Amino acid sequence: MHRTGALYGQFKTLEQQKDSASLGMWIFLVTEVMFFGGIMLAYAINRHVYYHAFAMGSNTLSLKLGAINTIVLLASSFTMAMGVWSAQTGKQKLLPIFLTLTILLGFIFFGIKYVEYAQKFHHHLVPGPSFDISYCVNNPSKCDDINPEELEVEANLIKQAKAAEPNLNSHAQLYFSTYFGMTGLHALHMVIGVGLLFWLLLGSLKGRFTPEWNTPVDIVGLYWHFVDIVWIYLFPLLYLIDRHK
Amino acid sequence: MAVTPKFPEKHYLNQTYGIRSWLLTTDHKRIALLYLVSVTFFFFVGGFFAMMIRLHLLTPDGYLLSADTYNKMFTMHGVAMIFFFLIPSIPAILGNFLIPLMIGAKDLAFPKINLLSWYVYIVGGCFTLYSMVTGGLDTGWTFYTPLSTVYSNSAVAPAVIGIFITGFSSILTGLNFLVTIHTMRAPGMTWFRMPLFVWAHYATSVVMILGTPVVAITLGLAAMERLFGLGFFNPAMGGDPILFQHLFWFYSHPAVYIMILPAMGVISELIPTFARKKLFGYHFVAAASLAIAVIGFLVWTHHMFLTGQSTYAALAFSFLTFLVAIPSAVKTFNWTATLFGGSISFDTPMLYAFGFLGLFLIGGLTGLFLGCLGTDIHIHDTYFVVAHFHYIMVGGAVMGYLGGLHFWWPKITGRMYPEWLARIAALILFVGFNLTFFPQFVLGYLGMPRRYHVYPPEFQVYNVMSTAGASILAIGYLLPMIYLTWAAFFGKVAGDNPWPATGLEWKTPSPPPTENFEVTPVVTWEAYDFHNRPDLGLDVPTGHHPGVVPAHGHD
Repeated sequence: MHRTGALYGQFKTLEQQKDSASLGMWIFLVTEVMFFGGIMLAYAINRHVYYHAFAMGSNTLSLKLGAINTIVLLASSFTMAMGVWSAQTGKQKLLPIFLTLTILLGFIFFGIKYVEYAQKFHHHLVPGPSFDISYCVNNPSKCDDINPEELEVEANLIKQAKAAEPNLNSHAQLYFSTYFGMTGLHALHMVIGVGLLFWLLLGSLKGRFTPEWNTPVDIVGLYWHFVDIVWIYLFPLLYLIDRHK
Repeated sequence: MAVTPKFPEKHYLNQTYGIRSWLLTTDHKRIALLYLVSVTFFFFVGGFFAMMIRLHLLTPDGYLLSADTYNKMFTMHGVAMIFFFLIPSIPAILGNFLIPLMIGAKDLAFPKINLLSWYVYIVGGCFTLYSMVTGGLDTGWTFYTPLSTVYSNSAVAPAVIGIFITGFSSILTGLNFLVTIHTMRAPGMTWFRMPLFVWAHYATSVVMILGTPVVAITLGLAAMERLFGLGFFNPAMGGDPILFQHLFWFYSHPAVYIMILPAMGVISELIPTFARKKLFGYHFVAAASLAIAVIGFLVWTHHMFLTGQSTYAALAFSFLTFLVAIPSAVKTFNWTATLFGGSISFDTPMLYAFGFLGLFLIGGLTGLFLGCLGTDIHIHDTYFVVAHFHYIMVGGAVMGYLGGLHFWWPKITGRMYPEWLARIAALILFVGFNLTFFPQFVLGYLGMPRRYHVYPPEFQVYNVMSTAGASILAIGYLLPMIYLTWAAFFGKVAGDNPWPATGLEWKTPSPPPTENFEVTPVVTWEAYDFHNRPDLGLDVPTGHHPGVVPAHGHD
């Protein structure tokens, strides 16, 4: 299809083109809801059946890192929204700045996530033959990143959880299957999002986005906010199961 | 009518030449043809496996294949036919080609995404083919865990990844159709002036975008379980295999409607055209498509009545299953009512439509036997089930697909197929199909379980009938492939509107130009309204009794 300026040949007006693009992105987000819905159902059922194992798994996560990452993502949503606003109001100098900030916040999220994942590998909390929920409690010398008081609390929690659920180790493994499945999928979406942001950044440096036509900024913004919202759900589901005491 | 139709000089097929112009095309009509070639390939791959199954079952002891190979044959038959033929067949080929033409648009809303979805389909297909040639698959097309994730020795992972990938092709197609139908309609093409083919595809697309992501994540988790030992569905680790079945059927039951709804859309086009009469109860047929799409999502556990689910849940799902029969019956009755007082001609597409009506009726009613809790215990997982879903999928979906392919072949290629040969092929198909699958109802009712490679000798006579029927069926499939290909090059020139039919797609040359319409059409008529369409050149009276004039000039 031939293209006249920003208008693709299959459309008659820019407005029709914009409507189609936004509707397409909204429908895509519906499919994403269904996509994450499947794994959330698996989470809900297993958490219900193996509550103690899930609570135990949740307690081994770092609340601090999770909370920081939540703030980072909320901030990135703000910078993204500012980016969309600058595109819509024709602030062509501001747009690349906000896009760069959003990308930076995305990378900070990846960095923190990397630290968390590395800890889990280090602590034998990755599903597989060497998975051991009590690894750090039994080998305190190998987990020197956790201070002794915390380890003591963890040992107690494990004892209580084992009393309620003898098969704790294998069910905690289910928790971590879900944890890696959900956060991994979320991270994959972030990677795609950052890729799209780079593409927008290039376009914005060339001054392609004007108040008349800024659909790509708009719909990538929708996508980015959606990925943030997924995290807003994941954080309490995964980190806060047993923190209300 | 005396004017001999002329073949247009410039059209989408000769606009550009060369491999690149096809592999990088964004023209929905060319992408439809890419799908046609690849989907036909998978149809014959699946057909080959089906032939092996039927040959093996000629004798009670099954001399042809080993037990393991037999398991692989029925699994790969199901996988190739369902995921790579039935689901994309009508939407990705006919839907892709026709939806923009029918609503008066130049293309789908996202032509590049349309091309992308074909490539995604091909990549997924390659993964699955790789699995088929490097050890095959023996889990059944349903991939039940933990057989698929722990115990199977066959190449499950690449197949599951292939289906996961192909799912996104389906999602993107559905998304593209929904947006196109919402935003790309020509002036005057209101929602209730759209052909029912478009309505059916709207409903199908809704199922595609809501269901497919769920099976994608489910198969994704199953693949991770097989590759990395995660434990969602593994009872040894506390996971739940029944959860897999719930998630799988949450998509795979609605997937049945992805296969049948577009075929219903085709039938809704064929019947008014060849009865030369406005479709009876247009609004009800359109609404029935949406009702099927919605209720279809609420019936999935009828595949799991024997998994030990609660009786009350089973009761509710049994009731909901019966509810789906209502919109399906609304459609069937409305098609039949359209025939009443119509001027019916028996061209090949209409023969397929009649075949569809009868076979879908049998398939639909036997579905009620299976949705009924008491009878399901008796016929669950027997050949009765096999016969039932083949009546829906082959008798329904494939009949609709072939009917549609014949009906729109003049539009796609600009040339007519040989009418008499096509009629004979349609009859061969009908006879072969019934001979193949009707005995299987009897077999199932007598207690022959599905998926077994041997059976007691007293069942042999029905199995021989079924295999004989399958051979006839094979001829019935080969014939159209041969003469349609021939007709694409050497058939009689068709002209813009050979039937004639009322849709917008018939108001542009055959084959259409790349931009579909030279001038964007303005729609001022209702769908299937033969009375107020002087442009069709029909001698139809304006009174209440249409069809006193013979439908077709006998040329």
